[in-house]
Amino acid sequence: MSQRRGTGVLVLPVGDRDHIQGPADAPATLVEYGDFECPNCRQAHPIVKRIQRRMGPRLRFAFRNFPLTELHPHAQHAAEVAEAAGAQGKFWEMHDRLFQRQFALDDEHLITYAEELGLDSGRVARELAARTYKGRVRDDFMSGVRSGVNGTPTFFINGARHDQAWDEEGLAAALERAVAVKT
Amino acid sequence: MTETATRATGRPVRAGTRAPDFTLHSAPDQTVSLHDFRGRPVILAFYPADWSPVCGDQMALYNEVLPEFQGHDAELLGISVDGVWCHRAFAQQRKLHFPLLADFEPKGAVARTYGVYRETDGFAERALFVIDGDGIVRWSYVSPIDVNPGADGILRALETLDARAEGR
Repeated sequence: MSQRRGTGVLVLPVGDRDHIQGPADAPATLVEYGDFECPNCRQAHPIVKRIQRRMGPRLRFAFRNFPLTELHPHAQHAAEVAEAAGAQGKFWEMHDRLFQRQFALDDEHLITYAEELGLDSGRVARELAARTYKGRVRDDFMSGVRSGVNGTPTFFINGARHDQAWDEEGLAAALERAVAVKT
Repeated sequence: MTETATRATGRPVRAGTRAPDFTLHSAPDQTVSLHDFRGRPVILAFYPADWSPVCGDQMALYNEVLPEFQGHDAELLGISVDGVWCHRAFAQQRKLHFPLLADFEPKGAVARTYGVYRETDGFAERALFVIDGDGIVRWSYVSPIDVNPGADGILRALETLDARAEGR
């Protein structure tokens, strides 16, 4: 077997199963593997938002779950609640809320956020208790492991892992380079 | 990066060769030997130090991928030059569910036999070895010291091992 390996290639392309913002034909696709209880992901959240505003329809963004459950005791349930919100059409509203309220991610708060967002919170609570989205979250996680995700957040730009800094300028420059290659 | 200047002087044990056996402490009153695992694949994950941030991510990641490793009946062993008490505190704080071995006295001796000891730094490379049930190294990878190598290479190596076993 080879000493080297193909590192950092997204093995699961962005598709129908994903939570996506931005047009399908955007020249740049940014995928984030993230954990709602990870402090670095919380820092990345407003950075991604600003870049989305800057790039407009030239950027498609997808978020996939990568909960490090032993480090972050609430990360798994937070991810499942985001998926439960997604099932009611409000994944992104919940995604934003969870990062904004990262300091309070226990089950009681998670259900409160569902209420505040106008979701059927009883259904969210039932689905959380039944672990309805456990498999989905694990699928996200393993697709990340297979793609060489090595911590959170890990970003992929047009399918290639972004190993440089993810500050606003660094990430924006990398995305602009990806656009330039395509056009 | 000064990585090439401080690289380990030896060469990592190559695929196809016998993995050097060892016995190291996994706890103050417990030892683990490589030959204990004969018949099952072993993943050796050498890393520089318990508390450095990248290592933390790497061990945290492996902790989450353990069910997949176990699905291949593989045993994961983390190895660094830290002592048993340091390993214990680190494992408890990070809630790690696999053994950390202390390559502590003589310092780095096992890392040296695997060719992944960094003399000038006094700690191991971030190096991965997948060893088959017969004790033969089947895959290895040395990552840049500041890059968490992830788990995808390990999983691919374990799958290849399974495919070989089936083909026998």
